[in-house]
Amino acid sequence: MKQTIRIGCGAGFSGDRLEPAVILAEQGNLDYLVLECLAERTIALAQKRKRADATKGYDPLLERRIEHLLPILVKNNVCLITNMGAANPIEGAKKILEIAQKQGVRVKVAAVIGDELSEKLKEMSDEIFTFNNEDFAINLIKNHSSHNPPFSPLISANAYMGVEGILEALKTEAQIIITGRVADPSLFLAPMIHEFGWATDDYNLLGQGTVVGHLLECAGQITGGYFADPITKPVTNMDTLGHPFADVFADGSAIIGKVEDTGGVVNLATVKEQLLYEVVNPYAYLTPDVSANFTTVQLEEIAENQVKVWGGTGHEKPPTLKVSVGYQAGFLGEGEISYAGHNALARAQLAGDTLEKRLKADFPDLRTDYVGVSAIHRTDFERQIEPYEVRLRLASNADTAQKAALIGEEVEALYTNGPAGGGGARKYVTELVGIVSVLVDRKNVIPEIVLF
Amino acid sequence: MKLYQIAHSRAGDKGNISTLSLIPYDPKDYEHLCEKVTVERVKEHLKDIVSGEIVRYEMSNISSLLFVCQNALLTGVTTSLAIDTHGKALSYALLEMQIEP
Repeated sequence: MKQTIRIGCGAGFSGDRLEPAVILAEQGNLDYLVLECLAERTIALAQKRKRADATKGYDPLLERRIEHLLPILVKNNVCLITNMGAANPIEGAKKILEIAQKQGVRVKVAAVIGDELSEKLKEMSDEIFTFNNEDFAINLIKNHSSHNPPFSPLISANAYMGVEGILEALKTEAQIIITGRVADPSLFLAPMIHEFGWATDDYNLLGQGTVVGHLLECAGQITGGYFADPITKPVTNMDTLGHPFADVFADGSAIIGKVEDTGGVVNLATVKEQLLYEVVNPYAYLTPDVSANFTTVQLEEIAENQVKVWGGTGHEKPPTLKVSVGYQAGFLGEGEISYAGHNALARAQLAGDTLEKRLKADFPDLRTDYVGVSAIHRTDFERQIEPYEVRLRLASNADTAQKAALIGEEVEALYTNGPAGGGGARKYVTELVGIVSVLVDRKNVIPEIVLF
Repeated sequence: MKLYQIAHSRAGDKGNISTLSLIPYDPKDYEHLCEKVTVERVKEHLKDIVSGEIVRYEMSNISSLLFVCQNALLTGVTTSLAIDTHGKALSYALLEMQIEP
C-alpha cells in the first residue's frame, strides 16, 4: 500500500483548455490524471450525436485531448481517468486505441458502462422517485412511456454511478479508464480507495476523499479561475493558468497545489470558494458513494500555493441514485441590436417597448434585456448610471424553429422601422435540450467494464 | 457599506437552485456577517432574481456563509431565457447589498 498519491485534474468541463493537462502530465509528477468533461446537458447532446451516428457520442474533444496526452501518459506512467466516454464509452475507448496505434504505443483501456437507462427507464415508471420536488420530471416520463405513440420528447436517461466500475477497472491495471456518467468526485475517490485499501463503508474516509475530489473537479476554479478580481482578489498570469493536483495521504488528508511556474494561485480564498461551489447542503453532500459532511472540513495554508485539507466526514450513502433525463424542450429564439451615444437607453427602451407590443400576444414569456444596464441582475441596485451604449436583447421559447426565428427577424426589422441609430443586429435560433432529474433505486444500475 | 468591501462570493447552479457563498476576506468579520446578512435581508435584496425559499448555512469551520436559493434560475441552465443561464454572475448581485459597518 502506498502512503501518498498525487492526482491532478486537467479539465473541469468539456470545452476546457487543452494545455494545462499536458503540463500536469509532463511536469506534475502525477500518479493519476483526471479529466472531468461531462455537465448535465453534455450527455444529452452526446446521446443525440450517438443517435445520428452509432460510432459517435463520446466527448467531441476526446481525439484532440488524447492525441496530445497519450505519449506523455505512457512515458511518465500516469493513469488517466475520464468521463469523456459521455454517451458512448465503448466507442470512446476504440477511438483511444486507434490513436495509440497511429502513435505506435501500446495502452490498456477500460470502458465503464452501465449508467445508461434510456430504454429501461420507461419500463421502470413505478420505481422512479421525485428529485427536489421536480414533479414535472416524473410526469414527463410517465406520459411518454413505451405504451404511448412513437413520438417522445425523451432523449436520454443516465444515472450517476459511483466508484464501483472504476475500482474494477483499476484492478485490471488499465492505464486509461473511460466512463460515461459518473459523479464527478467519484472519478477522484476511486484511485484513493484503490491505492489505500479503504473500505467502501468507511464513510468518514469516503467523505474526506469526496471533499478532495470536489475541490479538484472544476480544475482551474481552485487555481484562480472563476475567482480573479483585480485589486480585491488578484491572480497573476491567467493566460497560463495552471490546473491543480492534490497530494492525498492514506488518512484522506490532502495538500492542494499546482505545477511550479504556471499562472494562477492556490490559497485559502480559492479553496473556500470551490469548497462551497454548487453545494446544496453542506451537511449532506450526496454522491453515489457517501453522504459527505463539509461542515467539519479544516483548511490551512501551509506554504505559497499549498493548502492543506482535512477533517471532512460522512454518513452512509443514499439508497437511490440520481438520473439526468434529457428531453426535447423546443426552441429558443433571440435577437439583439445596439444603441450608443446621446439618449442610447431611451432609444433602446423605445425599441424594446415597440417589440413587446408586437410580440407579447404570440410570445407570453418574452424576455427583454438591456445589456449594460439590467440584463444580468434584472436591476442595477439603484446605481442609475446613464450608460454610453446599450444592447437590446429579446428572447423567447417556441415550439418550432420557424416560430422562434420570428424574434430575431423582428429585432432585425428595427433597422428600418425602429428608433434612430440602431446597429449590429444579430439573430439566433437554438434547439433546446432540457434536463430534469429523478431518483431510482440503486439495484437498477449495474456498472460493467469492457477491456480493450 | 457594501458587502463587496469585506467579502467575496461564488455562485453555483444545481437545476433551478443558485448557491451563493459569502466569504469574509478577514475571518474576524464572520460574526458580523452572520448578524447582518440574514435570510430576510437576502430575500429582499434578491427579489428580482430569486422567487423561491432561501436557506442559510453557517460554516464556522471555514468562517463562511452559504445561501441556497430555490427557483433562482428561470427553470435552470438548459431552458432558461436569461443571458446568464447558469446564474454565474449572481454572486456579484449579493455583494451589492448594503450593510451597517
